[in-house]
Amino acid sequence: MSDIVLKVSDASKRFGGLQALSNVDIEIRRGQVYGLIGPNGAGKTTFFNVLTGLYTPDGGTFELAGQAYKPTAVHEVAKAGIARTFQNIRLFAEMTAVENVMVGRHVRTHSNLLGAIFRTKAFRTEEKEIAERAQELLAYVGIGHYADYKARTLSYGDQRRLEIARALATDPQLIALDEPAAGMNATEKVQLRELIDRIRNDNRTILLIEHDVKLVMGLCDAVTVLDYGKCIAQGVPSVVQKDPAVIEAYLGVGHQG
Amino acid sequence: MDIFLQQVINGLVLGSMYALVALGYTMVYGIIGLINFAHGEVLMVGAMTSWTVITLMQDAMPGSPGWLLLIIAMLIAFVVCAVLNFTIEKVAYRPLRNAPRLAPLITAIGMSLLLQTLAMIIWKPNPKPFPSVLPREPIEIGGAVISVTQIFILAATAVTLAGLLYLVNKTKMGRAMRATAENPKVAGLMGIKPDSIISLTFIIGAVLAALAGIMWALNYGTVQHFMGFMPGLKAFTAAVFGGIGNLGGAVVGGLALGLIESIGAGYLGALTGGVLGSQYSDIFAFVVLIVVLTLRPSGLMGERVADRA
Amino acid sequence: MFTSKRNKMIVFLLAAVLLMVAPFLLQPFGNSWVRIIDMVLLYIMLALGLNIVVGYAGLLDLGYVAFFALGAYVFGLLASPHLGEHFAVIAQTFPGGIHYSIWVVMAVAAFVAGVVGMLLGAPTLKLRGDYLAIVTLGFGEIIRIFLLNLDRPVNITNGPKGLMQIDSVKLFGIDFGRPLDLGWIRIESVSLYYYLFLFLVVVTIFICYRIENSRIGRAWMAIREDEIAAKAMGLNTRNLKLMAFGMGASFGGVSGVMFAAFQGFVSPESFSLMESIMIVAMVVLGGLGHIPGVVLGAILLAGLPEVLRHAAGPLTQLTDGRLAPEILRQLLIALAMIVIMITRPRGLWPRPEHGKTLLK
Repeated sequence: MSDIVLKVSDASKRFGGLQALSNVDIEIRRGQVYGLIGPNGAGKTTFFNVLTGLYTPDGGTFELAGQAYKPTAVHEVAKAGIARTFQNIRLFAEMTAVENVMVGRHVRTHSNLLGAIFRTKAFRTEEKEIAERAQELLAYVGIGHYADYKARTLSYGDQRRLEIARALATDPQLIALDEPAAGMNATEKVQLRELIDRIRNDNRTILLIEHDVKLVMGLCDAVTVLDYGKCIAQGVPSVVQKDPAVIEAYLGVGHQG
Repeated sequence: MDIFLQQVINGLVLGSMYALVALGYTMVYGIIGLINFAHGEVLMVGAMTSWTVITLMQDAMPGSPGWLLLIIAMLIAFVVCAVLNFTIEKVAYRPLRNAPRLAPLITAIGMSLLLQTLAMIIWKPNPKPFPSVLPREPIEIGGAVISVTQIFILAATAVTLAGLLYLVNKTKMGRAMRATAENPKVAGLMGIKPDSIISLTFIIGAVLAALAGIMWALNYGTVQHFMGFMPGLKAFTAAVFGGIGNLGGAVVGGLALGLIESIGAGYLGALTGGVLGSQYSDIFAFVVLIVVLTLRPSGLMGERVADRA
Repeated sequence: MFTSKRNKMIVFLLAAVLLMVAPFLLQPFGNSWVRIIDMVLLYIMLALGLNIVVGYAGLLDLGYVAFFALGAYVFGLLASPHLGEHFAVIAQTFPGGIHYSIWVVMAVAAFVAGVVGMLLGAPTLKLRGDYLAIVTLGFGEIIRIFLLNLDRPVNITNGPKGLMQIDSVKLFGIDFGRPLDLGWIRIESVSLYYYLFLFLVVVTIFICYRIENSRIGRAWMAIREDEIAAKAMGLNTRNLKLMAFGMGASFGGVSGVMFAAFQGFVSPESFSLMESIMIVAMVVLGGLGHIPGVVLGAILLAGLPEVLRHAAGPLTQLTDGRLAPEILRQLLIALAMIVIMITRPRGLWPRPEHGKTLLK
C-alpha cells in the first residue's frame, strides 16, 4: 500500500480546437480529502471523465497506488480501484437500498450462473458476505433502517448516502465524488461533511469536485485549482484561497485581497 | 440495362411510398421517443377508406372521371386517417408519457393489432381489387416501362416532400415543431404547447401514410386488412438506418430501401448462383438495418432526438 | 403473522393438488381442453425465458420466437425421417432413422439456441434501447424466412411444408405419444405431456428464482436500471448482456424441443413475429421481472383467448360470421394490451414495493 494513492503527471486532453486540460499534475496521498475546484468550464469535469475512463487522455501518466493506471473501458476503472458517484445521482431506482450496495460488491466477487443455480458452497458463502457487507455499509453511512426500501423512495440526502455506500462497497483505493453537495440545503451539507470526515478518518482517500467553496475549504486537506485546463494553484486551502491568481479566476481582474 | 432501369424505376416508386411512411415514424420518434407500431395500419386505413369511397362513388355515379374519384377519395382518406391518428395519440399514448419505457410500446403494438382486427371485421378478411382509376397504358422510356400510376406516385411524393420541407423550415409551425423535437421543456417555456405540436405531428404523419396507402393500392391493385404491417415495419427500419428523428434521413432511407429491395430482388438469384433468390427480399430491410447500425450506430445521416436528460 | 403464513401454505397446497389433478378434471370435456393447458405451460416457459432478457436485463427482444423455432427444428431434424429421406449419406449412417433421445436433443438445443442467442445479441450491445427492439425483430424474421426457404438448393428445413413425423417424447420406458394404461387408470397422451411440461415449468421457475437472487441476477437488474452507473461500478455490461441473451435463448430452445415432440410436426407458420410479440406482451402485461406476474401474463394471454374461442359460438352467429373465434381472440388480445397498459403500466402483478414509501 503506497503512500501516494493517485499520481497524475502532465495530463492533457484536447477536443478539436479546445485544449481542455494541459499539463495537469496532481498528487493525492492516502487518507486525504483532495479537492478539485475552479470556475465553470475550467476542466474539472473533463479531468474527472479522463480519470474515470470516459475519455482517453492525449498525454500524461497516471499511477494508482503505485501501479500504472490506464483503463481502456469504463468498467475497468472500478476494478482498478477508483469508485465514483454522479452529480445527478444515478442509483438503481427499482432495486432496494441494500441491493444497490450489493451490486457494488460485484467487482470484488466471482460467482457465476452455475453457482447461482446449484447454490454451491462457494456461492452461498459469497452471497452471505455480500449481504452482510452491504448491510454494514448502509449502517455506516446512516441509512441502515432503509435497507429494504426501493432506492427511488429515499429522500435526496439519503440517496446521496446510498450512492456513497455503493461506491465504498467496491473497496476502492480512491473514491471520486462528483459535486456531492449539489442540490443540498445547509443541513444536508453539514451531514455530508460529517460523512466524508468519517470516511477519511477510516483511512480512505477521497477526491472531491465541488462548487461550494466553503465546503471544500473546510473539508479538504489539499486542493488543486483549475482554470482554462491548467493548474493555477495547489496546496493547503487556507493558502490557496488567498492566492491572487485564484481570486482573479473566480472574480475577475480588479479584485485583490 | 433495360432490366436495370426498370428495377430503378420500380425501386424509386417503392421507395417513395416507404419514404412517406418513414417520415411519419421518424417525426413521432424524434418528438416523443415512441416507435409507433400502429403507423403501418394508418397506411392500411387510408387504402381501405379510399377503396370504400371509390367503390361507393362508382356505384352511385358511374362514368365519373377516375382522377376526380381519386382526388375525392384521397381527401376523405386524409381526414379519416388524421382523425384516427389524433385520437390514437390522445387516448393510448398521451396517458403513458411518464410510464416505464416498455408500456407505450406494448400499447402501440396492441393498437396495431386492434386496427388490423377491426379492419378485418369491417371490411372482411378477403383481398379486394382496387378499382383502376388511372389510365392503364404504360409509357415507354429508355427501354423500360412506367405506368401513369407510377408517375403519379413519384410526382405526388415529390410535391408532398417539397411541401413538408417548406412547412418545417419556413413556417412558424415548422419552427415550433423543430423546437419541440429538440427540447420540449424549453419549447414549452417559449410559449409552444408541446401537446399541440405532438398532435400536429401525428396528423401530418397520418396524411403522409394515407397517401402512401392509396399509392400502394393503386400500384399493387389490391387491399387487405394486413397490408400495412410489413411496409410499416420496413419503413421504420428505413427511418432508423437513415437516422431516426432526421427528416432527410427518412427520405434517403426510404428511397434507398426501395431501390435495394427492387434491384436486389432482381439480381440476388444471379449473384448467389441460385442459392438465394427473390423470396428473400423481405429481409433485405433488416439486413441493411443491421449492417448500417453496426457500422454507424446513429444511422446514415445521424439521429435527431429530443434531449430528455 | 403466523396465520397469514399458514393461509399461504394452505392456498399453496390447494393449488398444488389442483394442478396435479387438472388433466383428469378436464379430460371428460375433451382432449382439446388438456391440449390448451399444455400449450399454456409451454408459453409459461417461453415467457420466463424472455423475462430473463427483457425483465431482468432490460433488453427489449422482439425476435425471441426464433429460439423457440431453433429448438423445435433441432429436435425435428434429429428425431424424424426428414434428413434420412433427403440425404443419402444420413440414410446410410443411420439405417434405422435418426432418433436421438430427448435428453441429448434438449442439451443440444439449449446449447445451439444459447450460442445463437449470444451471436444475435452481439451486434446489439452498443445500440440504444429501441433500436435493439427493431434489430432483434429483424433477426427473428430473418430466421423465419430462412426456415421457410431452406428447401432449395439443399432441402434442410423442407420449407413451408415443415418437418413431419417427429418422434414423441420417450422417457423412462414411457412413450408420451401414446396413452398410458396402468390398469386402474388410463392416462391420455395429452395428459402425460401435461405432467412433463408441469415438471419443466416448476424447474424453470426454480432456476429463475435462484438466478434472480444472485450476483448475476442483481448485475442484470443494475444494467436494466442504469447501464452507465452499472459500468461505473465495474460491471462488464457487454459480457453480462451476452449472458442474458444466451440464457434466455436456451430456455426458448428447450421449449421448442418440447413443442416439436408434442405436436409431431413443425412448420415456419408457428414461429411468426406475432408469437414474439405475444410473448413480450405476456412478460410486460404480467409484470416485468416478477416471476408470478410473468406466469400470470402467460396464462392470461395464452389461455383466456382459447377458452373464449370455445364460448364464442353464439357471438359469431349474431354478427353474421364477422366475429369468428379467431378474430375475437385477436380482438381481445389487442384490447388487453391497450387497456392493461393504460391502467396498470407496470403490469398486472409487478414486483411489490418492499417496505413502506417514506412519508415526506
